[in-house]
Amino acid sequence: MTASGPPFRLLPRVDDSNRFYWTSGADGHLRFQRCGDCRHYVHPPAPRCPYCLADALAPEAVSGRGVVHSYTVNMQQWFPDAEPYIIGLVTIAEQDDVRLTTNIIDTEADDMAIGMEVEVDFVEAEDVWLPVFRPVAGAAVTNAAAS
Amino acid sequence: MRADQLLERKAVISGIGQSAVGRRLNRSDLDLTVEAALVAIADAGLTRDDIDGLSTYPGMGMGPGGFAGPAGPDVQDALRLKLNWHDGGGEGPGQIRAVMAACLAVAAGLARHVLVYRTVTESTAQGKGGRQALGGMGGMTGSGGGPPRMMGFMQWTIPFGAVSATNWLAQVARRRMYEFGLTREQLAQIALNGRRNAMLNPIAIFREPLTMEDYLAARMISTPLCLYDCDIPCDGSTAVIVSHVDYAPDAPRSVAHVNAIGTAIRGRPSWDQFDDMTTMAARDAAASMWKRTELTPADVDVAELYDGFSILTMTWLEELGFCGKGESGPFVEGGERIALGGELPLNTSGGQLSAGRLHGFGFLHEACLQLRGEGGARQVAGNPEVAVVANGGGPIAGTMLLTRGPA
Repeated sequence: MTASGPPFRLLPRVDDSNRFYWTSGADGHLRFQRCGDCRHYVHPPAPRCPYCLADALAPEAVSGRGVVHSYTVNMQQWFPDAEPYIIGLVTIAEQDDVRLTTNIIDTEADDMAIGMEVEVDFVEAEDVWLPVFRPVAGAAVTNAAAS
Repeated sequence: MRADQLLERKAVISGIGQSAVGRRLNRSDLDLTVEAALVAIADAGLTRDDIDGLSTYPGMGMGPGGFAGPAGPDVQDALRLKLNWHDGGGEGPGQIRAVMAACLAVAAGLARHVLVYRTVTESTAQGKGGRQALGGMGGMTGSGGGPPRMMGFMQWTIPFGAVSATNWLAQVARRRMYEFGLTREQLAQIALNGRRNAMLNPIAIFREPLTMEDYLAARMISTPLCLYDCDIPCDGSTAVIVSHVDYAPDAPRSVAHVNAIGTAIRGRPSWDQFDDMTTMAARDAAASMWKRTELTPADVDVAELYDGFSILTMTWLEELGFCGKGESGPFVEGGERIALGGELPLNTSGGQLSAGRLHGFGFLHEACLQLRGEGGARQVAGNPEVAVVANGGGPIAGTMLLTRGPA
């Protein structure tokens, strides 16, 4: 078991539509597009707000907090000599229909639970900062059945 | 909806065929496709000169090696078909989108007899390597000799080692355990049922007995999914002939009537953003199918429900209405209800978990066999009259209701 994610990461291709997202971690903040009209967060990035169709999207920092919606411990060696690692699906604190597939780090598989509160950290790799999450110290596991 | 508006009812499946099916056959996808096509054409009482339509899923090189099957134009040319209508592609309501398109084409008069095929050579393509990750979605680009960079949906999952549908659907299974109390012993019933049926299917890939102990001891792929929750890559081609219903009296074999198709997707078309992970697109496809028929889940005699992963079959059982939401675990408990002699015989050929990953079309072929009474040792008793076929998982879903007689 490794507490830092997969040993080898294929990276996203950065372009004009996603550069703000994949470089957001450079200053330690997670950002999403947010609509200036209806105030929804939008993910993945879109040309205009898919909620209200306003042409008013701009990146905005969020708290970096979230809740584990689901998770799995990958055991298959897709990469040579890979130790098991935790893949998580995290719902951001600000909006319950924005989820990130990510890694849950700094914890053991046996301590994982749906509803666990987590906070963002970043793995810097070449020209991107990949958002990963670790458990919030001392936080309770909330009932996330409705989230 | 008035019955005369249900254009899929203008279509029947008049012929079915399969190539050799196996592991590492080392034959080309085109070779296997031509074999299956000739069986299906003859089964329908036709010759290639009668075939005026062609359709496939997906064709044209989509996905990793061995996934796509031959492109339509290659099949057309190999058989020198003269086509009035042709179609192919990987977008739509599951793999049987190609069959749905053919149904609508014959209803519209664009073609009279459509050859529809799905061919995989994933076993040969994977060769000595293990099961391939990075599956099926496209979205990679090379960058000057370095590792490829991820585009599209892949950029949101692959960088985190979520490289396979196994990873994505393992999270669905975990969520089902959390919301509904699903257990591994319940999930196992999909795999054990498939294996029991595969033992009665001479061309199934895996025909050795599988016990609950074997299942529980199997290695994990991505928790809580173990080896036996994942289907088995194979080589093989399945072909069907979709004909206009007017041809039914002249067909040498009993045709399967298309009663209704389910095509909807109303949630976000995404593996990780779909509103309800425990249903995903199966919810919408199933609901849209039942709106197009007078039949109900209680009328179904045979269920052929996609099992690329066991957890998908659980979802289909619920969303098609065979049990309530969250109740598929207790529904399959013990396995009797879904066995050949049970109230809902399920995945009678062994499914993709044991018979091989023919990618949706194996279920269609099996449903037709069962409606004809040609299931051999695994034939469901009592002359089944209604079969449901479900294809796909996650944000990909399509359903088809078939009947032995006309509506």
